[in-house]
Amino acid sequence: MPDLGKYASDVLAAYGITAALLLGLIALSVVQSSRVKKRLKAAEERRKSDG
Amino acid sequence: MASLWEWANPHKFMTWTAKALPIISIAAAVVTVIGLIWGFFFTPDDYRQGATIKIFYIHVPTAMIAINAWLMMLIASLIWLIRRHHVSVLAAKAAAPVGLIMTLIALATGAIWGKPMWGTYWEWDPRLTSFLILFLFYLGYLALWEAIEDPDTAADLTSVLCLVGSVFALLSRYAVNFWNQGLHQGASLSLDKQENVADVFWYPALVALFGFVLMFVALVLLRTRTEIRKRRVHAIELRERVQG
Repeated sequence: MPDLGKYASDVLAAYGITAALLLGLIALSVVQSSRVKKRLKAAEERRKSDG
Repeated sequence: MASLWEWANPHKFMTWTAKALPIISIAAAVVTVIGLIWGFFFTPDDYRQGATIKIFYIHVPTAMIAINAWLMMLIASLIWLIRRHHVSVLAAKAAAPVGLIMTLIALATGAIWGKPMWGTYWEWDPRLTSFLILFLFYLGYLALWEAIEDPDTAADLTSVLCLVGSVFALLSRYAVNFWNQGLHQGASLSLDKQENVADVFWYPALVALFGFVLMFVALVLLRTRTEIRKRRVHAIELRERVQG
């Protein structure tokens, strides 16, 4: 860990907020993608079974 | 040009992005981590900014993407308005949350850096203010998509909003040059060697920027695929409702 001196809290807060926001966005995008994929699969199966 | 449109055909888009997305995602993760580790652990402190220079490796790439994401949305929206190409407007919609988060990170890291360097978290400086307005445009754009039920009407209205918001995306980039006042300095990552930060900071920042660009591309592709699927679900459910 580099010596951040008196700015340690500022630098770590900047990296922490960035990591939290980016990981949140990535997680949300992946979860939405898998949910919609399941919904589409179910809708296409219904369509096939209805002829 | 014909081949470009063929690649953006929804079926073809889903096929090529299924192969490209894992590769781009892995490259984005690797390059971003390398850039940030290099900047955080292996660069010296700046003689004026001290250790706060480390914030530069996240602030500058996210700010650049925040502006350029809106410009990408502008091009995609124009394609929709002129050619009625569905994938283009869905790509614009997919890019908006990514641009929003990048803008938020740029604002937050800028404020955190500003406190020890300028003595204040916020100043109504031309660049900061135009950036805040850009953030509000992102929010408005996303809210408009949610507020309108018919997807084509939503696409039309959000595309017009995107054209208007482009003024603020450009102002965010050039505010420092236009007004030449306020606290915010000029470009730090520039092709002009005179304007640039020292090489020791410039190279890791370039690597981090490349990583963030790849991350933006990966997220937009993933989210566009989701939007295409959502549209298909919507069409099937609409048909089911009509058939009773």
